[in-house]
Amino acid sequence: MEVAKDRLTAAAFEELAMPLFDQLYNFAHWLTKERSEAEDLVQETYAKALRGLASFQPGTNFRAWMYRILRNTFLTSRTGLKVASTVPLDADDAPEIPSSAGTPESIFIEKSQEHLLQTAIDELPLHFREVLLLCEVEEMSYQEIADALSIPIGTVMSRLSRARRALRELLQKKLGGS
Amino acid sequence: MMADEFTVKLDAYLDGELPSSEMKAIDAHVRDCPPCAADVLIRVQMKRAMQAAGKRYSPSPEFRQRIQQQIASRPRQWASRAWMAASAVMAILLIAGILNSYIGRERLEQEHAFSEVADLHVAALASPNTVDVASSDRHTVKPWFQGKIPFTFNLPELQNTEFTLVGGRIAYLGQAPGAELIFQVRKHYVSVFIFQEHAAPALRSGSGVRKHVSFNYETWTEGGLRYIAISDTTGDDISKLAELLKAAAKS
Repeated sequence: MEVAKDRLTAAAFEELAMPLFDQLYNFAHWLTKERSEAEDLVQETYAKALRGLASFQPGTNFRAWMYRILRNTFLTSRTGLKVASTVPLDADDAPEIPSSAGTPESIFIEKSQEHLLQTAIDELPLHFREVLLLCEVEEMSYQEIADALSIPIGTVMSRLSRARRALRELLQKKLGGS
Repeated sequence: MMADEFTVKLDAYLDGELPSSEMKAIDAHVRDCPPCAADVLIRVQMKRAMQAAGKRYSPSPEFRQRIQQQIASRPRQWASRAWMAASAVMAILLIAGILNSYIGRERLEQEHAFSEVADLHVAALASPNTVDVASSDRHTVKPWFQGKIPFTFNLPELQNTEFTLVGGRIAYLGQAPGAELIFQVRKHYVSVFIFQEHAAPALRSGSGVRKHVSFNYETWTEGGLRYIAISDTTGDDISKLAELLKAAAKS
């Protein structure tokens, strides 16, 4: 969603921003874990984006810009501050823990327990949850994710890999390691 | 057993993010390696399961309507005005109106941007911790910003000038991080903000020192960066400090 116009007008903003509404809400609800907080977050995101239209750089990715506003708004909210303060600062530098044998995904997929997967995603630390959702659900490219989260592409790659591993381990635990 | 680096690559391969030559190499490897093939299959299934499970929440119709009204009110008013003015007789007036509103909007955006900068300056001075890095040594202040902002800048040598460096802090404008440097001249404080140019597209460089809500300020760009010096001190002080900063940026 590259915007190449000289300046984003309020009318163009509506055309670009409304199609993102459902997905922004879904992402906000995953972050806040609560409907009314998710609604407040989305509402504030749209208000901030509209107010800050002049700061949108034409030619750059509009979707990533909206997600960045949403995420920054979340991180400065009371819930966001609480969640962010529990994320280890060196989360991306921590050594990889080799995953134990077994393929929880296969067991999981066989059992088709969507709810179990949703609970596992919910339990992931914020920095893993958001990167996985942007990649798998929003189907963003690594570049878009890097723009939305304001992190380098290399970090996107390693964080995604760790997030997938953490999800596997959570599922494995939930399935009793069988 | 796959190496971790390979796992990262495998993920990138399944996300379609590898260059084509590497894609081909992994394709070939997966074909000849049954454990990797099985792993790839599971990962693909997991991606699909995640995609479905991740689309979990939908907004209520009332909430959608609320947002739509929130963002549609301004353009719709504009559209209805434009429609009313669309007659041939009004054409010239309409063009004049659009031009006028464009210029007016530019001015408004500029005013808004300067108000934000003035707010940042006042908020920093009102804060119990005016600066996050307190030092008059530019060799201490500049490195403190490393890794905190996505650019770097030069600070001037202030010996034999009336200015002293108080320190620096991180500031945000238009969702973008930048540096706020605080200088003292006699009893006045001057904030110098440095952002990437695109963080403040509404700001326009003008000639010399200008006034905004009784603050004097000067703004200019250098090497892709937008500088704004703002203070309640005299315009002469601001312009002297601006010259020092400009010279340092070019050195």
